[in-house]
Amino acid sequence: MPNMREDLQHAVKLARIELTAEEEARLGSQLGDILKYVDKLNELDVEGVEPTAHAVPLTNVLREDEPRESISHEAAMRNAPKTANGLFIVPKIVE
Amino acid sequence: MEYEAVIGLETHVQLRTRTKMWCGCANEYGAEANSNVCPVCLGLPGVLPVPNAEALRKTALTGMLLNCDVPGFSKWDRKNYFYPDNPKNYQLTQLDFPSTIEGFVDFEFGEGTERVRINRAHLEEDVGKSTHFADHSGVDFNRAGVPLLEIVTEPDLTGADMAYEYLNALKAILEYGGVSDCDMEKGQVRCDVNISVRPIGQTELGEKIEIKNMNSFSGVRRAAGYEIERQIGVLREGGTLVQETRRWDDAVGITESMRTKEDAHDYRYFPDPDLMPHTPSEEWLAEVRASVMELPLARKRRLMADFQLPASDAEVFVGDAALGDYFEVAAKDAKNPKAVANWVMNNLQAKLVETGGSVADVKFEASAIGELVGLIEGGQINSKIAQDVFVEMFESGKSPAAIIEEKGLSQVSDSGELEAFCNEAIEANPGPAEDFRNGKETALNFLKGQVMKASRGKANPQMVGDLLKKILGS
Amino acid sequence: MPHTLTISQLTDKLTQGELTSRDATQSCLDRIAAVDGQLNAFLSHDPADALAQADAADAARAAGETKPLLGVPIAMKDVIAVNGHPLNCASKILGDFNSPYDATVTQKLRDAGAVVFGRVNMDEFAMGSSTENSAFGPARNPWDTDCIPGGSSGGSAVAVAADECIASLGSDTGGSIRQPAALCGCVGLKPTYGRVSRYGLVAFASSLDQIGPITKDVRDAATLLGVIAGEDKRDSTNVPEPVPDYTAALTGDIKGLKIGLPKEYQVEGLDPEVKTATESAVAELEKQGAEVVEISLPHTEYAIATYYIIATAEASANLARFEGVRYGARVDGASPEQMNRATRGAGFGEEVKRRIILGTHVLSSGYYDAYYLRAQKVRTLIRQDFLNAFEQVDLIASPTTPTPAFKIGEKSDDPLQMYLSDIFTISCNLAGLCGISVPCGFSNDGLPIGLQLLGQPFGEPDLLRAAHAYEQATDWHTKRPNFN
Repeated sequence: MPNMREDLQHAVKLARIELTAEEEARLGSQLGDILKYVDKLNELDVEGVEPTAHAVPLTNVLREDEPRESISHEAAMRNAPKTANGLFIVPKIVE
Repeated sequence: MEYEAVIGLETHVQLRTRTKMWCGCANEYGAEANSNVCPVCLGLPGVLPVPNAEALRKTALTGMLLNCDVPGFSKWDRKNYFYPDNPKNYQLTQLDFPSTIEGFVDFEFGEGTERVRINRAHLEEDVGKSTHFADHSGVDFNRAGVPLLEIVTEPDLTGADMAYEYLNALKAILEYGGVSDCDMEKGQVRCDVNISVRPIGQTELGEKIEIKNMNSFSGVRRAAGYEIERQIGVLREGGTLVQETRRWDDAVGITESMRTKEDAHDYRYFPDPDLMPHTPSEEWLAEVRASVMELPLARKRRLMADFQLPASDAEVFVGDAALGDYFEVAAKDAKNPKAVANWVMNNLQAKLVETGGSVADVKFEASAIGELVGLIEGGQINSKIAQDVFVEMFESGKSPAAIIEEKGLSQVSDSGELEAFCNEAIEANPGPAEDFRNGKETALNFLKGQVMKASRGKANPQMVGDLLKKILGS
Repeated sequence: MPHTLTISQLTDKLTQGELTSRDATQSCLDRIAAVDGQLNAFLSHDPADALAQADAADAARAAGETKPLLGVPIAMKDVIAVNGHPLNCASKILGDFNSPYDATVTQKLRDAGAVVFGRVNMDEFAMGSSTENSAFGPARNPWDTDCIPGGSSGGSAVAVAADECIASLGSDTGGSIRQPAALCGCVGLKPTYGRVSRYGLVAFASSLDQIGPITKDVRDAATLLGVIAGEDKRDSTNVPEPVPDYTAALTGDIKGLKIGLPKEYQVEGLDPEVKTATESAVAELEKQGAEVVEISLPHTEYAIATYYIIATAEASANLARFEGVRYGARVDGASPEQMNRATRGAGFGEEVKRRIILGTHVLSSGYYDAYYLRAQKVRTLIRQDFLNAFEQVDLIASPTTPTPAFKIGEKSDDPLQMYLSDIFTISCNLAGLCGISVPCGFSNDGLPIGLQLLGQPFGEPDLLRAAHAYEQATDWHTKRPNFN
């Protein structure tokens, strides 16, 4: 019996969150209940209903191509876990 | 069994704007790492994007240059995937309602013209740049958030050479429109190449294999050429091809399968809630349309037709738009536009290179060149003098007529005057004169040279030659 | 004692010269020192910085400046960026993140002369209704410290109710300002979506989040709203609607105002004391001349499901940036992917993980249409319910919460049960309305009960007017918790 259903395991993988086996079991069960609950939306007939794409009916909100001061390099790197040569350092990226 | 290739190209082009797509950071190459960054393009907690109006204008312009539709509604979507160079770990792009759709590019290929259909040109954002070290990688976010135009063709390309020519034509159009500098050195243009092969006659497409992130057109040509052969080879041996992404190794000259990632990309696209749709008005579109200029291919053909220029000359003027504009003014109403073209391509171009100037700096009126040509053809000056007149024109900005007048450079074509010069030359040089009478043709050139010298170059050389012959012959 | 004053009372005294901002700020700091050990409203605060701001405000006042919040100490929910201060969203994953920029609302508070101080407790990344999801321990309800204060802006409500600050800014995605205000006996206002800039608000659900005031009375809420509302070019979802003088709306006259009571809100779990208190409140409004009618919001029972699909989907993308590359408490790994997994596994609390996984799932290939797209369509139906209702009425009234505050730990094992308690507040965000909670009584156990009013988009003037008229006819808002 898997700790968590396959489709949710797939979501965990996509979301890049490492879970302990115990978390997997607990979350798997809770999420199962929640998904069952949200299934109630299937009771409704939504034929012909437009999805709410945006919370406010605005369009054409644009910004002119004018430079604005960036933050200093120091401020940009201030919270970086690891830096070298002005770069954000991460474990080696392998294609 | 014969096979054919089917190729589609996705070209990513950095737009020429002053600032990035969502924030006011400079869109500039070569700055110190992580110096053109701000909370927005670093993906700090709490930030929001606001679209760059100029990027949208340049996108619509590109659509117009590629004969696309610019629909009345476009919107933004999130493409979700994790990568260290992706600050938000989602990329803002346009999925189902892009800024432009359904166009085409005509370009010269082989003996004729080919047309490649454009599926769409949509706007998105570039990501940061990674550098790889021994045990780590480093990321610079200066490039993150730069506006990126993605131009997608239909699978209309049929070979490596055709792909190469398409890319060159596309680049010319984008440079012409001021949409992008298309500087390959700066990584401003990158291509993903989609290649499949199928037996000739089959309508169904073969398995599509993608070669990603090519940053040179000749590289694309080499990679496509190799990959087509490789795929055909596999099929001929009875093997099968699978849809995959491959990497081109230019040093070795092969494509290699990229390590398949564990989670095949499920991008979970959804409409971005932070950005509002774009509904360009007629006024807005009209403003963009006003900056649409003639496409390179059309210009070339027009120059050849209207000015009776050979293809090579037309190509020079298409390649250097400013020079070409200048030529058109200079050659307007000229009786001999080809001659005008020669002066512009040779003499003027040489002077500009020498002085490091541009056509905008030229002191004399463009029409002066036409005038100069007219003076040569009318016999007022000879072509050697004309060279000197030109230099003077360039330096002083004066018209050729004024210069000739001032310096008394009018060609001497009066036969009486010329006869006098000829007789003087013959008298002063009996040896060569005798040589010519005795059949040495080249002695005439010497005498001619003497006449030119005596006349300070102004004698009409044709007439001098004829007169000398006449005098010596008698 | 200065820390017990409201914004208007303090401003009066500051103007009269009876108090200095330093007095008021010091008073708050002393109060925090005295009681916050029990309450855990503050995750951190910088007394020296607060006092320096107070002194600067006093100097400015002496020089003749008269800004709307000059010298008033306002505490910030730990989800709003304040330049040079920690920004943790009550999560471990942000580590010792120090914000290099100010949120727009922070800048507006500064421009209004406020003393911007403190990082107050919340549910991690604003996900929760009890502040039990904070990585730094729950905040405690000052009316009964065994009880939750509500969430996610629990710290804000506690700090205001316990007079640890004069007022606070919180954020509301599904009720996170209104519900803790109700459970703690203070006023909480969620402005219309787009009224207040979200630039600098760490995003939970982009199409639902708004920043709003939590205050001791309605007048303060109106004052604070007037300062933080308005146009912001850094936020594309911000609506450039002119900002009226919200305090001018507090006329006390609500004759003829039509108030709707949704029949679907008579839910099974509604606590009888809450029901009674709310009904009395509505009766008071009627007494003052409002007309009360029954309305129907037919899709009420689908609101929670709709919310938990849309909000978690948006959140799953919004929280993807927390992976240890550019900031936060990185846990190393052999590859960037491994690092991401380990960092997020260690740094996120369970509720956050639950919601991210759920949100990722409802957007993933094969599920998008059935969940996300369907939920956005139901959202349209819910909005339509309210549009229809507002053809008949000006405001909608209901209890803010189905029950008073429950005990810490009582519902934390059953996330779905916790979600279901959002029933009255959640639709407001889905429909883009404005909403306010005002105190309307106490349970027999002495726990506060809140009355919620909902208004049309940009209908804050009517909303504040009615809330104020009710408040002034009662003395709930003058009550303070008695504890030591």
